[in-house]
Amino acid sequence: MPEWVAVIIRSLAIIIGLFVITKLLGKKQLSKLSFFEYITGITIGDIAGTLSMDVDLNLTNGIVSIIVWALIPFLVSYISLKSPKFQEFIEGKPTIFIKNGKIMEDNLKKEKFPLSSLLEQLRKHKIHHVSDVEFAILETTGELSVLLKKEKQPVTVGDLKKNVAPIKEPQNVILDGKIMDEALSTIGLNRRWLKEKLDQMGIAVENVFFAQVDSYGQLTVDLYDDKVKVPKPIEKELLLSSLKKVEADFELYALQTKNHEAKNMYLKNKEKMTKMIQTLTPFLQD
Amino acid sequence: MTVASQVKQTLASLESIHAGLQNLALTSANEEAQKVFHETMLAAEEIIHDLTNRIGKLEFEEPEYKGF
Repeated sequence: MPEWVAVIIRSLAIIIGLFVITKLLGKKQLSKLSFFEYITGITIGDIAGTLSMDVDLNLTNGIVSIIVWALIPFLVSYISLKSPKFQEFIEGKPTIFIKNGKIMEDNLKKEKFPLSSLLEQLRKHKIHHVSDVEFAILETTGELSVLLKKEKQPVTVGDLKKNVAPIKEPQNVILDGKIMDEALSTIGLNRRWLKEKLDQMGIAVENVFFAQVDSYGQLTVDLYDDKVKVPKPIEKELLLSSLKKVEADFELYALQTKNHEAKNMYLKNKEKMTKMIQTLTPFLQD
Repeated sequence: MTVASQVKQTLASLESIHAGLQNLALTSANEEAQKVFHETMLAAEEIIHDLTNRIGKLEFEEPEYKGF
């Protein structure tokens, strides 16, 4: 057997083996590499690379070595799940770098983290004044997490408005021209609803490249032909404006009528409309 | 335009509001939103009831403008 055939067979076998190992180790390996996991990952890759290239090496030995290197992190992550103490031992504890707006020099020294690196990390978080920081901590993955002082924190919708309507994730109901039945049924809708909605907008299903439904049943559409203008969903705005119109009507009738009973009825219902508008406004406004 | 026909227009708007709220109550994915839409829909129903009564009286007063 020529040497290169052996290399092909070895490489294929190892690639398949590595694929299985990565599936077993899971996504955590990617998202939160601790130093230990980082080292084991590199070592496994290195062993696999050498093993597939070097025909003189004994394949069995190599495979045993890979299995050991894969098994240990697997066991470690399993025990870490069961015991927080063990996890702390393996992954280490996060280190506080800034507390009450003051830099902890001793902790910096302990982690061998130069001040310039800390400033660089802060700049990456778009923070140029150390005085803006209330609290900063170096996570076990080597990333810096920062809490800004209250007055320096960005404004959220909750800060500006008291009542905010809740939203759920939108569903992609047409992807690349194909209707996604699963996404439709997740929000309790079906193909007929979609067709009706598109008919209302004057669009044929075949022309739709992408369509998304928000949690209030409003449809956003992107067509294959980008020159065609698509109406924006305005049902909720229309509803709100007609609510306001009816409210104004009632007030007008109350002023016009000379019938006492009718006047009271109009005033009472005007109050009701005002209340309705108040409760609905957060839900109907985007 | 007579008073009765004006009030009838308002009634029509209210009915369309009622239908819109019902639609939203059925298609909203969020339970809290569903509840709010449903409650306001019921309130709209009450107002529609009041207004229909009033229209009945107006038609009695101005029988020549009866109907739509």
